[in-house]
Amino acid sequence: MDSEKDSEDIKDDKAFASLESIQAEAAKRHIVAGQDIDLTMPEQWLNQYSLAPMFFTTRAYFIFTIALSLVVASGLASWIYQIIYGMGVTDLRPPVFWGMYIATFVFWVGVSHSGTIVSSLLRLTQANWRRPILRGAEAMTAFSLIVAGMFPLIHIGRIWRVYYMFPLPTQRELWPNFRSPLAWDMVAISVYLTSSMIFLFVGLLPDIALARDLCPKGNWRKKYLTVLSLGWRGTHREWNVYEKVSTYLAIFILLIAPSVHTIVSWDFAMSITPGWHTTIFGPYFVVGAIYSGVAGVITLMVVLRWVFDLDEIIRYVHLRNLAKLLLAIALLWTYFYFCEFITAWYAKNPIEWRIWEYLWERYSHLLIIMLGGDVLVITMLSFSKVRSSPILLFFVTVLINIDMYIERYMIVAPILSHRDNAFTWTDYFPSPVELSIAAAALAGFFLLYAIFAKLLPIVTVADIREGKVISGDIRIGNTYVRVRASVEEE
Amino acid sequence: MKSFNYKRHNDYKWVMVIDLDRCNGCGACVIACQAENNILVVGEKLALQKRTMSWLRIERYFDGEWPNLRVAFLPMPCQQCDSAPCEPVCPVFATYQNPEGLNAMIYNRCIGTRFCGNNCPYGVRKFNWFDYELESPLEEQLNPDVSVRSKGVMEKCTFCIQRIRRGKDTAKDENRKVRDGDIMPACSQSCPTNAIMFGNVNDPHSKVAEMAESKRRLLLLEEHGTHPSVIYLKGGV
Repeated sequence: MDSEKDSEDIKDDKAFASLESIQAEAAKRHIVAGQDIDLTMPEQWLNQYSLAPMFFTTRAYFIFTIALSLVVASGLASWIYQIIYGMGVTDLRPPVFWGMYIATFVFWVGVSHSGTIVSSLLRLTQANWRRPILRGAEAMTAFSLIVAGMFPLIHIGRIWRVYYMFPLPTQRELWPNFRSPLAWDMVAISVYLTSSMIFLFVGLLPDIALARDLCPKGNWRKKYLTVLSLGWRGTHREWNVYEKVSTYLAIFILLIAPSVHTIVSWDFAMSITPGWHTTIFGPYFVVGAIYSGVAGVITLMVVLRWVFDLDEIIRYVHLRNLAKLLLAIALLWTYFYFCEFITAWYAKNPIEWRIWEYLWERYSHLLIIMLGGDVLVITMLSFSKVRSSPILLFFVTVLINIDMYIERYMIVAPILSHRDNAFTWTDYFPSPVELSIAAAALAGFFLLYAIFAKLLPIVTVADIREGKVISGDIRIGNTYVRVRASVEEE
Repeated sequence: MKSFNYKRHNDYKWVMVIDLDRCNGCGACVIACQAENNILVVGEKLALQKRTMSWLRIERYFDGEWPNLRVAFLPMPCQQCDSAPCEPVCPVFATYQNPEGLNAMIYNRCIGTRFCGNNCPYGVRKFNWFDYELESPLEEQLNPDVSVRSKGVMEKCTFCIQRIRRGKDTAKDENRKVRDGDIMPACSQSCPTNAIMFGNVNDPHSKVAEMAESKRRLLLLEEHGTHPSVIYLKGGV
């Protein structure tokens, strides 16, 4: 890997070794299959190895972020162009009033789902292998929600009047319409964004404090790390409160997350549009969200392993366990898709069936990619060789997210273009403006993630060390004491 | 039922009756509507993209093959549904049911989420995709009673609400109720075959009240339960 030392960062710090020596130590260790934590890792080295992504920057990283920034900038320019000239620069036309923006919104809300669900579910079930995935998954939720939250703003015709949607007490005595699914949506998304941000931050606290302590004097990170760590010192009381808060937050988030995507599905299901107006949409969207989200977590884990050389932390066993979860959800999602289709086929409601016919006439290539991809994914994930190969998993999970994007697109645009009134039937294909904004969303997500990895610890050091402590022997004075593998024994 | 309440509690419940057997598809109503309501002409390119702004359109349906062809015309204004699907989905109350059974539209309130357009099974809601410019002398022809809409807001047929207001004002000044025939929307006024009739269905002696009970009555997409205020008459002349 083409790496260089961030010279002014770690000049006079004796405690922080060079990247080369950290990596040399990592190369000496051999990965034991099936073991989720290497118990022989020295604490000092583990700290530095986990914080290395934050303090050492490669040239590839700069090229990557600059490329991403350019894509984001082009998306921003497209948005400004759209605000100045009007929504006509998109390809939307009656009756297709919603198009790629809403599909992209649903996709990113979907991606955001699994992050906190996986994290809080594994926390609550005390699955010991959870530790290295937590931070990456939670950060994925936060950033994909930020990206998703942009899309309703991009989508609306008069962005400069967006505050009409907020319940602000004003002299105009106007109030938002709480009968509208869009108003529920706004509440749900903002609650979910706030709570997942808090969840992420609480989990970060001990790691920020560790980074603050290890951060060399004079490093520009020291200042904000000191502020953000909220004076964490690692006392018993602090750990006690930390455990409690993260457990309660995990329960809270586990309740919120499915309700959020159900509400997103109600944007469609509560309307009377044929093809949208189905009761299956709530659970179907939640399962779809978890499906693309778990795939997203795996993709990110593979990318993190590769970009930041975290093979010692994110191990095969983690990828394998996540892949098993993914296989189960893939089957569940396929079942829901089958249910949606079979009811439409059996009922043969003329308008609803006309939509399926239209999908098959006009979008057969996308349908083949989606359904063929789904069959391929399930087949591949059934093999344990695939489940423990990072490259194949990367391929499978990216394919899943492409499929899920297609699925969201198929729900939004084609259904609207062939609806009740045959005289209005039309066709829709996203314009360059819409495509560039959707591309900017993808780039923006990775950009936020990349910046996050440089500013705050991307590895859950404290959790990994906790796992190490509770699953092995610890040394007290001159003797080694066996500790029971449970967090509850405080 | 809402429509029932309107019938009982209000003096007025506006209804349009369109006799499909009388319509010859001339399109005079479309032009009249365009002139009355400051609907701007979008040009050929946007019209081909189906982005016309006309509030009223004539739908053409062809039955059979040339030369044994039968053409049917269907004038399609906003149906002013009594339980309108466009209303509950608007997050900012830009569209609401007024006491006379009309779906009123507040342009200044609209932020352009376009959910109402999605939820309208008739596809009569129009969105301002751009700010449309008028060349210099043309702005003189704008109707001062109707606001000109800017980009990013929804609009639709209002049953010429400015004419309804004027009719009611005149009636109030003369200390009486609105009489049948006092108010006439632009489309109805310009129809050469008298296919479009407008009136107050709560007045039992009005023409529309009589025609609303007709056996030739037809409501569009009735299965959605929208209770439209536009009643079509078809067949059996």
